[in-house]
Amino acid sequence: MKKLHELIAPVALVLGTALLGLVVSSALQTYFLDTLIKVAIVVALYVFIGNSGVLSFGHISFVALGVWTAGVLTVPTAERAAIMPGLAGFLRHATAGNVQSLFLAAFAGLVFAFVAGLPLMRLSGLAAGIATFGVLEIVNNVLRYYDKIGPGLNAFSSVPETTGIWQATIGALVCVVVAFAYQRSRFGRQLRATREDPAAASAAGISIYRQRLLAFAVSGALAGLAGGLYVHLLPVEIDSLYLDVTFITLAMLVVGGSGSLLGAVVGALAIGGLDSFLSASENGVDLFGWHLNLPTGTAELTVGVVMAVILIVRPSGITGGRELSLAWMRR
Amino acid sequence: MSVSWQTLADALSLGGIYALMAVGIGLVFGVLRLVNFAYGQLIMAGAYAVAYASVWGWPSWAGILLCFAVVLALSVLMDRIVFRPLRTHSPAVMLVATFAIAFLMQSIAVLAFGQLGTIASSMGPLNQPWDVGGVEIRKIAIVSVVVAAICLALLQLLLTRTSVGLHMRAASMDFRTARMLGVRANRVIGGAVLISGLLAAVSAVMLTARNPQVTPIFGLDDTIIVLAGVVLGGLTRPIPATLGGFTIGFASGILGGALPTNQSQYLPTFLFAAVILVLLVRPNGLFARAGAGAERL
Repeated sequence: MKKLHELIAPVALVLGTALLGLVVSSALQTYFLDTLIKVAIVVALYVFIGNSGVLSFGHISFVALGVWTAGVLTVPTAERAAIMPGLAGFLRHATAGNVQSLFLAAFAGLVFAFVAGLPLMRLSGLAAGIATFGVLEIVNNVLRYYDKIGPGLNAFSSVPETTGIWQATIGALVCVVVAFAYQRSRFGRQLRATREDPAAASAAGISIYRQRLLAFAVSGALAGLAGGLYVHLLPVEIDSLYLDVTFITLAMLVVGGSGSLLGAVVGALAIGGLDSFLSASENGVDLFGWHLNLPTGTAELTVGVVMAVILIVRPSGITGGRELSLAWMRR
Repeated sequence: MSVSWQTLADALSLGGIYALMAVGIGLVFGVLRLVNFAYGQLIMAGAYAVAYASVWGWPSWAGILLCFAVVLALSVLMDRIVFRPLRTHSPAVMLVATFAIAFLMQSIAVLAFGQLGTIASSMGPLNQPWDVGGVEIRKIAIVSVVVAAICLALLQLLLTRTSVGLHMRAASMDFRTARMLGVRANRVIGGAVLISGLLAAVSAVMLTARNPQVTPIFGLDDTIIVLAGVVLGGLTRPIPATLGGFTIGFASGILGGALPTNQSQYLPTFLFAAVILVLLVRPNGLFARAGAGAERL
């Protein structure tokens, strides 16, 4: 594969974050794990949005589906009746191991994104945006209230907390490598061609519908994987995977630069890092001998200001939508 | 499934309010090709103005005036600081910028006013029922239908009978050509933002009367439904946008009243499933002219 060196910068950033996460205290490590999962989610978003140029508000529903799949299958059967009293049918007994549940989460994301994409990828522009938003609304609404299939409004407690620094790092790397392989494949190139000029791409024999559908399914799988990792990190409430996460992850992608994989990773790390640092400071943190203790709500406020300022000053994102290539460094 | 007169009146009034919000969002979209996601937070700010005015013991007209002042000031500020520098950029960037603003305003509200919310008691009397021919109907239902009708009629007059309105319609058809023909960009956009702000203030007052509990997420759910409604109707022209807003408000009012209580929590599922179905059949909008160009995003 040509241009493999473009993969260096995103992978190095993920590994650097993981190394930092290894040296900090275990209380702070959670923030690093959370940021690594954000990287996975934003890279998943990038696979579809970055390559196709079509906005999707539905991807957090694939994350939620991954959370649900991995969560329901790994709560110990003895505790299921207590946590999910309404559970029906085979869900009462079916179990999966840790790694197996992650694969199943990715598979669930893949299948659901493909099925949802079958009709939705015929739409473009705002209609596609609102329709994908509808998917988010429906998945959130059903998972939140339909307690025959899950814990409803309660959190997925008792899920084994297996997402440590290793699994989070490997998960984020898997997403980065899959995204890179896809974007360099003929399918990724064809989709990027439809982004640049739909008419010319169609004239060259590219089916916009098929390429978008493929990217939607791939990014659904990555989002599902991220969800699986997330539920193994902490007891997730399905309700928390809704508007806020949708906005912040989309903003991460755009702030980083939605045209490149590097942009997705940089955006997730920059905003995720800032948010984590400020959230930690709200609980009090010691930094270079200073004791920092910020009032609750500062994190959201600062992150909002920073996002708005970056978008106004540099609308094409921090990376300008370019990969870090050798030619770029020599210049 | 039986629909009572109360449900019908309530659905009509919700449709009226949503129609106002829809046309407010649609006007700005027309001239800027920008979906202003922070519209709901403008309404939230207006609702807080009403609530705090009533906490301070101001008369209700003063509260309404304060609401208008706050919402208009914020609209103009948003235009100057955010829309103007980003005007030439891609719709996706502008949309995400309005997300950031929405996020920001919401966190300011959480910091300044707290999560729990404030009660706007001055609007209480509007919530009293009225006896209309043996049927009890909330006053606000009637008031909001009347106010919405008046606002929409005035807006229609403005758009069709004045030169500002003509400029606005020309700009929303083809901004560049309109500019070449002497339409001033800043004035048209400023006008659209101002009118859109006025409509947000009116909607804020009426939504506060319907639901006096003002929280940092006040109006957010409504805005999401209205956005879906605007796209459902057809975004580029005011009348389809208004009709779309009214349709979705009316439909959610009727559905909310008609669904059995154990299923009413699934209202968003039904509503958005219907929206997706309609969009699949008519991607340009239910009330859009055939052959209207699709918007790229």
